[in-house]
Amino acid sequence: MSGGAGAAAIPRPGATFGNRVAFGLALLDEGRRNERIVALNADLSGSTKTSTFAKEFPHRFFNAGVAECNMMGMAAGLSTTGRPVVASTFAVFATAQVLNVIRQSIAYPRNNVKIVATHAGITVGGDGATHQICEDIALMRVLPHLRVYVPADAQQTYQVILHVLRTDGPAYVRMGRIDTPVIFDHDYRYVPDRVEVLADGDDVTLACCGLLVEEGRKAVTLLADSGISAQLLNVHTIKPLDVAGIESAARRTGRVVSAEEHVVAGGLGSAIAETLAQRYPTPQRFIGLRDHFGESGEPSDLMVAFHLTAADIATSASALVAERDART
Amino acid sequence: MPRAQVTPIDSVQREELERICTRARRRILRMIHAAGSGHPGGSFSAIDIITVLYQRYLRFRPAEPQWPARDRFVLSKGHGAPALYAALFEAGYYDDEEVLLSLRKMGSPLQGHPVMGKLPGVEMTTGSLGQGFSAAVGMALGVRLDGLESRIFTLLGDGECDEGIVWEAAMAAAHYKLDNLVAVIDHNRFQIDGPNATIMDLGDLAAKFAAFGWATTEIDGHDLDQICEALEWGIALQGRPAMIVAHTKKGHGVSFMDDSNKFHGIAPTDAELAVALKELEGPE
Ligand SMILES: Cc1ncc(C[n+]2csc(CCOP(=O)(O)OP(=O)(O)O)c2C)c(N)n1
Repeated sequence: MSGGAGAAAIPRPGATFGNRVAFGLALLDEGRRNERIVALNADLSGSTKTSTFAKEFPHRFFNAGVAECNMMGMAAGLSTTGRPVVASTFAVFATAQVLNVIRQSIAYPRNNVKIVATHAGITVGGDGATHQICEDIALMRVLPHLRVYVPADAQQTYQVILHVLRTDGPAYVRMGRIDTPVIFDHDYRYVPDRVEVLADGDDVTLACCGLLVEEGRKAVTLLADSGISAQLLNVHTIKPLDVAGIESAARRTGRVVSAEEHVVAGGLGSAIAETLAQRYPTPQRFIGLRDHFGESGEPSDLMVAFHLTAADIATSASALVAERDART
Repeated sequence: MPRAQVTPIDSVQREELERICTRARRRILRMIHAAGSGHPGGSFSAIDIITVLYQRYLRFRPAEPQWPARDRFVLSKGHGAPALYAALFEAGYYDDEEVLLSLRKMGSPLQGHPVMGKLPGVEMTTGSLGQGFSAAVGMALGVRLDGLESRIFTLLGDGECDEGIVWEAAMAAAHYKLDNLVAVIDHNRFQIDGPNATIMDLGDLAAKFAAFGWATTEIDGHDLDQICEALEWGIALQGRPAMIVAHTKKGHGVSFMDDSNKFHGIAPTDAELAVALKELEGPE
């Protein structure tokens, strides 16, 4: 995936950076290369980082105002005139608010609309549950034709955005609000549709997406300290799911812990379980929100309160390993 | 616009209301500052209206928040939550300053956007713009079905009026002749990305609601006499829902915030808070 000026602006591992900032950089770079790209927003162009594109290409940017249904409808229509269309707002308004517009006008006719959503998950923080959607992966994943991406860091976000802009058809890309640790370096090359093995291990597979990939990395270390060798998968693409990659991981370790900043119903863990149940039934534990909405608070406190930390992943994984050991 | 017989406020009442509005502004800034995030601009443009509503017109019992015959207020522009929380504090729903300063903190009844059931007096969960207005229409239908005299008041942002659901609800309120519904638009002429006129031109809001079958009036939303007069007009109105288009200023009341969009969604710094509190000095 050849990058552009923007990719170089993303710091190297060790630093933190906003995935949404990387999105803004990628949109601008690709927008300079492909003058057919248009971008839409719904009164959140600053927060979603599309304002730089808007400034440079005012005639290719349309603000729908606070009117997300109309933004999605216009995006669908614009795409039929032969343009890749990027429609951005906060994830709650990009999905739940507009579900049937996406369903009928974007997904079903396979219109070339990229729904790029920021501010997903509980780490939105202070705004509270009304703004912290933790159901969007499920909502988007069930729509036929729609591809669903949850990049883990800024570098990957940048390349996922280029990928979706260069491939035809509807896609959903999910990002959070907060700056997160940069995982991938400047030489990183995103390989579409393949799970990434970030750590190899034999005892248990940790299958993570988004913010939880970093927690998974820390969990690998925690587990190693207690003698458990964990394999870490970055499942950046929820759909189409890399079923072969998931199956081979399960065959290798025989245990899976999925982890996501999302309700366990219908998300990454569900997608994996649906696959493995048919191909290679595997004991699995789910890290994610149970049947709850979020609440206001500091992102790091909320991660602890809703059991989304490395320690939670490690605890689940250890318990799963112990269970299996007891059985055999 | 025909006016109802209004009872004008006298100078003592006006001064008392002004004091409460100033005190509410101080509380709003202190709670947002303590939270480190929140929406001061749109809280300040709305606080005079919300204060007058709670102090003079809403019928409620803080000790019995679910009193069936109460009037209800729905803050449809949910990001103005600090203004609602300040008004509920002043109205006696709670009296603990620590609770006030717990805005946006984990476990607080003062969520970033109002949540029903967390803080007594919050009548509807809002935050997704447009939905509160629609719920207010439903409440007006419900209390009418119960034969109650209760009135439903709701406050919307002008940017919020971009949402389609606002116009769907507007049509329904007129269709069902909901004269127990009084809505106010906090017309501060800004939304997040900039002025309404550049982001999504709203045109003449009063004329639009009139075309949808509402009785409408326009006021200066920081003039306490005009707010009282308009609310009394809306309450007395028969046969139609009432829309008050209140011309306001975002951040009104503090010099460096007044009529600016800079403080839409950020907390004041320590220094800004100090300057603002000085400007808003007055009796507690
Ligand atoms: C459905 C929905 N879309 C987007 C947002 C994000 N948002 C919060 S405030 C705001 C601007 C609202 O403008 P306005 O109603 O004029 O509020 P005010 O300027 O009075 O603060 C937006 C877009 C939201 N809360 N709800």
